[in-house]
Amino acid sequence: MSVARFWRHLPQRYNMVGTKCETCGRHFFPPRTFCPDCRRAGKIVEHKFVGSGTVVTYTVIHTAAEQYSMLTPYVLAIVKLDEGPQITTQIVMDPAKVKIGMKVKSVFRKIATDGESGIIHYGTKFVPVE
Amino acid sequence: MRDVAVIGIGCTKFGEKWESSFRDIFVEAGALALEDAQLSGEKIDAMYVGNMSAGRFIGQEHIGALIADYAGMATRHIPSTRVEAACASGGLAFRQAVIAVASGMEDIVIAAGVEKMTDVGSDESTDTLTGAADREWEGFMGATFPGLYAMIAQDYMHKYHMTREQLAQVAVKNHYNGARNPIAQFQSEITLDTVLKSTMVAEPLRLFDCSPVTDGAAAVIVAPLERAREFTDTPIKVLASAQASDTIALHDRRDISTLDATVAAGQRAFKKAHLSQKDIDMVEVHDCFTIAEICAIEDLGFCKKGEAGKFTADGETALGGKIPVNTSGGLKACGHPVGATGIKQVCEIVQQLRGTAGKRQVDGAKIGMTHNVGGTGATVAVHILGRV
Ligand SMILES: [Zn+2]
Repeated sequence: MSVARFWRHLPQRYNMVGTKCETCGRHFFPPRTFCPDCRRAGKIVEHKFVGSGTVVTYTVIHTAAEQYSMLTPYVLAIVKLDEGPQITTQIVMDPAKVKIGMKVKSVFRKIATDGESGIIHYGTKFVPVE
Repeated sequence: MRDVAVIGIGCTKFGEKWESSFRDIFVEAGALALEDAQLSGEKIDAMYVGNMSAGRFIGQEHIGALIADYAGMATRHIPSTRVEAACASGGLAFRQAVIAVASGMEDIVIAAGVEKMTDVGSDESTDTLTGAADREWEGFMGATFPGLYAMIAQDYMHKYHMTREQLAQVAVKNHYNGARNPIAQFQSEITLDTVLKSTMVAEPLRLFDCSPVTDGAAAVIVAPLERAREFTDTPIKVLASAQASDTIALHDRRDISTLDATVAAGQRAFKKAHLSQKDIDMVEVHDCFTIAEICAIEDLGFCKKGEAGKFTADGETALGGKIPVNTSGGLKACGHPVGATGIKQVCEIVQQLRGTAGKRQVDGAKIGMTHNVGGTGATVAVHILGRV
């Protein structure tokens, strides 16, 4: 991913800054600038997510894309954030212990490396809550 | 709106076609379709071409013009339009051709689909296919395409307690059908063990739960129903054409293991055709992964939610069952050249309705359905076709 394309989303990727519609109260992560429910009546403001949630579903990836192959096997999950929205993320843990319904919280981690000498991308992953 | 009929079909053999180029395969499919309709290329008024990613797979864009050129239609300057909706590109190209004829804008239209996937390595093809999902918020987080469908499977198995063996039965059945289809990429039957012992890709999905990387092209010719008998003794009427959208990312769906776009497109198609599930003699569904076929037959209403595993294991979706599913071998065994798949599904149903499907013929087939999905369900096209 190019530097500009990644840099554009740093607040979201590093600090889980999303948005919220003040008209209906719905939260968005990844952020949206247009509320699909309220449309033009929506009022979108920034919202920093707490970073905790629950595993909705998961898989353990054994065959990954090239940039992620050094991580295999890794847990990929859909997590429902406490504020409501669902996201796709990795969970840093023993793949044998992942369960649907498990509580997780966000951590700052390396996500991928672009090629051997390329830039390293950081972002948010999750870990189980003890 | 005018009634529309399919008057010709053509499909290349699917597989890893090292010896053939992108141009070779679409010219072959188009020529087969013209020959089938006993039509010369001069009669064609317009073309729609389904293609997901020639830009990534062979570094070529501007596919509409390229195909018109190499199909010998550039000198006649007919309109030729590329249609892209990831793996549903073919289904949407067919729908555009049907709309063009139904509206009266055009008379004889080709709908084609083509994908040449094996000119790049597997890392490149995996990454290209990830573009059918949300690149920023799924792909970048480490999601692969099998990984996304694996999360659907995990959610489904958690809710409905389908067994791993029932899921594997989808692949066994589709390979059985593929072994009876001369154009299929895989021509051999497999056992449950073949699936259950294959390499793990994304839990619970193994290699034999996944459709392969395939080269192939397919083309169909549509015309106004009232003129169809000028070209063929067995016109096949398009009884309904429906399309629906959903969120690009799987995580934003109402329910992870229901494809609401399939439900919506299916309901619209049945309503338009004034038909119900019991009227359908066979259906080609989008089994890019075994779990996708399980969801599809439920979301189209052929069995209740949560029961497709048992339904499949009981043989109800096999040849001779209540509703034969993927008589072509499906994406799993026939192969999945992404842009061509939606058109190949139409070719298969047309063969069944003409009674020319050979060893995989469904007895007395009168009405059939196709179901083509883009991504994890962000685009769905459903068509119902019938004998006249
Ligand atoms: Zn709102």
